[in-house]
Amino acid sequence: MSIDIDTARRVAHLARIAVKEDDLPALARELSGILTFMEQLNEVDVEGVEPMTSVTPMRLKRRADVVTDGNMQDKILSNAPDAREGFFAVPKVVE
Amino acid sequence: MSDLSKLTLAEARDALRAGETTSVALTQACLSEIEAAGALNAFVHMTPEIALEQARAADARIATGDAPAMCGMPLGIKDLFCTKGVPSQAASRILEGFRPEYESTVTQNLWDAGAVMLGKLNMDEFAMGSSNETSTYGNVVNPWRRGNDDAPLTPGGSSGGSASAVAADLCLAATGTDTGGSIRQPAAFVGITGLKPTYGRCSRWGVVAFASSLDQAGPMTKTVQDAAIMLGAMAGHDAKDSTSADLPVPDFEAMLTGDIRGKTIGIPAEYRMEGMPEEIEALWTRGAEMLRDAGAKIVDISLPHTKYALPAYYVIAPAEASSNLARYDGVRYGHRAKLAQGDGIVQMYEKTRAEGFGPEVQRRVMIGTYVLSAGFYDAYYNRARKVRALIKRDFETVFADGVDAILTPATPSAAFGLGEMAEADPVQMYLNDVFTVTVNLAGLPGIAVPAGLDKQGLPLGLQLIGRPWEEGDLLNTAQVLERAAGFVSKPGKWW
Repeated sequence: MSIDIDTARRVAHLARIAVKEDDLPALARELSGILTFMEQLNEVDVEGVEPMTSVTPMRLKRRADVVTDGNMQDKILSNAPDAREGFFAVPKVVE
Repeated sequence: MSDLSKLTLAEARDALRAGETTSVALTQACLSEIEAAGALNAFVHMTPEIALEQARAADARIATGDAPAMCGMPLGIKDLFCTKGVPSQAASRILEGFRPEYESTVTQNLWDAGAVMLGKLNMDEFAMGSSNETSTYGNVVNPWRRGNDDAPLTPGGSSGGSASAVAADLCLAATGTDTGGSIRQPAAFVGITGLKPTYGRCSRWGVVAFASSLDQAGPMTKTVQDAAIMLGAMAGHDAKDSTSADLPVPDFEAMLTGDIRGKTIGIPAEYRMEGMPEEIEALWTRGAEMLRDAGAKIVDISLPHTKYALPAYYVIAPAEASSNLARYDGVRYGHRAKLAQGDGIVQMYEKTRAEGFGPEVQRRVMIGTYVLSAGFYDAYYNRARKVRALIKRDFETVFADGVDAILTPATPSAAFGLGEMAEADPVQMYLNDVFTVTVNLAGLPGIAVPAGLDKQGLPLGLQLIGRPWEEGDLLNTAQVLERAAGFVSKPGKWW
């Protein structure tokens, strides 16, 4: 599977990473190279094999659905690049 | 006592208990070694105040006569572990300035046992790399050199800072993490011991996530005995990590009996790679002979899906990474790009992530995004998960046939030069993980033990792979190998 420039542009956007138009051909080539390496997986007979979901057979634990933590607004916001009046601040989202 | 930073954990523990030295003295010795080792670029954030405070507390605790083995031990901590109030950046620009308000469970366990934090250690960005050349802090340098050639070599990756620091005696031991070989490959490149425990043995809570189904923390130490001691303090069930195993943590050190008579060691045919250096092949054969001489039975085994481990890994790990790294959006922590007039939230995300992530991380996030995208999910991601199930089945089959541990080379080469792979395509770098990555895919414990030097005087390691949850048995076999190999070489001090 080879990735063309349009696909590279689309993947970069899906990943929310800005890539300059000039850098797209090189990116497409690199991604294609990696995907070619992955094509080897097509040689394997996986008929009837279940995809692995957990490497160790274990039942996930359950707990009561109650609040166990909280009341730490200051701590939550302490690393924010922009926090105002107790909220994370971002560029305007709705007009 | 002189050369305090050169002590093993076991030696330091015994000296502390005998009153021959103090944790403060050990800590000061390490701090001055670190100060003088800037050329290695292993420590990237120093925490001398925290270290000395912890050391004084440890000395008080030791004086009461009731201190655990790790009490007073000065350690380096990989930058991937969140440490409260101390920069924790995963060697990425995107986490610049981030100071966690919480402590990872593994480091908390170590502090509860009385250990001392010297500082944070360099690594590949988000643990993605095999040469420690993707870090925002710059390359780590291997203390080893090729004879008299002063060309700087890689310490391996991603736990390159941990490897370099332990090998250069800047600390007594260090934490590492291993997603595809990131503890074992660097350990082999610098001639130390590196243990990746069974998936679920150590809590992942508070460890910056790369690929959650593969990531596991472990010790990087000067000896196998030290790995046993340190794992005991790191491991344990944690309600905050739903994949951490609710199993008792045995006394791993007590399981080092030195007796492996009657054990069966498998030699997998598929690990005999084309183009593998003769020296590594010879070392592997010698390793098998050492274990046979110690009374183990050596058998040839087959792990038929080995060849597909790397391609499966490079689907699964980037897929998980693309999800895990979605949280770095410039909103809650770390770097946010400067925005132009009229930029909206999407431009904020895109510019922030373009500036904050280095090229290898961007590449893997995009590969992961692609293999998870509509239309390709089945062809890549689901197929890789099926192949992963087959790789695990290969191991289950040989274990069911009575194999206790598997012996392989740790790496396909000795340490290479920094910058030597700069022109190579990314897949060439991925081949470094060829012997280690199967272990993560199958969730097994694996350990790299230094076993010899190559013609250029660089360390080479062997890997032992064990049954799930049987780290104690694995460590015992590893110690027999360590003793038989008698690796005592140290890098000549040039830094």
